Amino acid sequence: MSAALTLLRRDVILAWREGGAIGVALGFYLVVVAITPFGLGPDLNLLARIAPGMLWVALLLAALLSADRIFHNDYEDGTLDVLTTGPLPLPVLAGVKCLAHWIATGVPLALLAPVLGLLLNLPLDAMPLLVLSMLVGTPAVSFVAGIGASLTLGLRRSGLLLALLVLPLYVPVLIFGVSTVSAAVVGPGSPWPPFLMLCALSLASIVLAPIAAAAALRTAQR
Amino acid sequence: MTPMISLASPTRFLALVGTVVPWLSALVVVLLAVGLYLSFFVAPPDYQQGETVRIMFIHVPAAWVALGCYVVIAIAALGTLIWRHPLAAVAAKAAAPIGATFTFIVLVTGSLWGKPMWGTYWVWDARLTSLLVLFLLYLGLIALWQAIEEPGRAGRAAAILALVGAINLPIIKFSVDWWNTLHQPASVFRTDGPTIDPALLTPLFVMGAAFIALFVLLHLIAMRAEILRRRVRALQQTQVAHAAVAEA
Repeated sequence: MSAALTLLRRDVILAWREGGAIGVALGFYLVVVAITPFGLGPDLNLLARIAPGMLWVALLLAALLSADRIFHNDYEDGTLDVLTTGPLPLPVLAGVKCLAHWIATGVPLALLAPVLGLLLNLPLDAMPLLVLSMLVGTPAVSFVAGIGASLTLGLRRSGLLLALLVLPLYVPVLIFGVSTVSAAVVGPGSPWPPFLMLCALSLASIVLAPIAAAAALRTAQR
Repeated sequence: MTPMISLASPTRFLALVGTVVPWLSALVVVLLAVGLYLSFFVAPPDYQQGETVRIMFIHVPAAWVALGCYVVIAIAALGTLIWRHPLAAVAAKAAAPIGATFTFIVLVTGSLWGKPMWGTYWVWDARLTSLLVLFLLYLGLIALWQAIEEPGRAGRAAAILALVGAINLPIIKFSVDWWNTLHQPASVFRTDGPTIDPALLTPLFVMGAAFIALFVLLHLIAMRAEILRRRVRALQQTQVAHAAVAEA
């Protein structure tokens, strides 16, 4: 347990101090959302209607931007080999690294979302639900990204390949995440059924994704 | 178990493919000829959809093969990861482009059918969208195979991705159904019997059999090509190694 916590602290601190990693993700999120109205026109009603979907899609892209770093640096300098000989089982190790990615990327992106929601004229009373759905949904994003990161470890253009592999898997997260927020904005229906599905997706990927990521790490290491 | 073990040897597998392929090709030709004749000349036009219903005889069997091919890949992935069966990785690699092609056929025929029926080439209907996601998963698998040079690692990585996709596909299907439904519900395989008239059902099943046989045939040929490709690669590597030794 203490080994896992130490690794988590180390990874989060590294992510914060790496210089630009989180800032770039947040900046990318801002830019994608900010250029959308130029493509769609400044109609505030239209923007409010597409805001939940826009915010979620941009969040997925921004989160993927840093996803190939989950294992990459430790793989390059050999830290990963040292870690695998340590006390932590490989799935736990992979899970902790995904969790660190969530803390360092998913949470900041989710917290920035309401500010960007203002740009897209998202109603104020939808903001709490927006943040809540993103906080609950981004673990699924980070953990599934962990599978992609371990599969593409050490390959050329791994970032692009990662996006191609992982984005189709995000369809359920996107559907239930957007439905939660949309239900609060325009209705019809309660936001809670899709919200609970989102919780289920995150819990399932927290359990299953580390196993797949560990298996993929083993194939990359030989 | 015995046939599995004896087939584990690529040499025996190649011999088997050599004997099976001519017969299977003949079967595919006959089935396709009969199926196409039934579809285009015998089957009556639908009372609502008119002649366009004939697209179904291509569209639906292609969809069966597109889905079935992913099942084949998932089983091959288990074979790769659990039993390290030497042919499983070859089977998975050979199946991916074939599955992608059949999925593409489903999407194209679906949109051609959609134009007269729904008034537009593409609608974000649940089943069509699920097939589109399946197509993207196939593309991901192919891209991963091409990105990793070492066949052993590529095989295991693609197997993991295939299993992740296999777990995800039902969830994607469910979420997309939840999201939007416009397509007609399942009408062939139902517990209370099919809702399609037998006059249309017979050509559909003949075409289904033809497409499945065609898939098996293409898969065997692609597997043979992949085994031979690996042999060439191994020979080239030994050649290079010999040359290096000779120079030194």
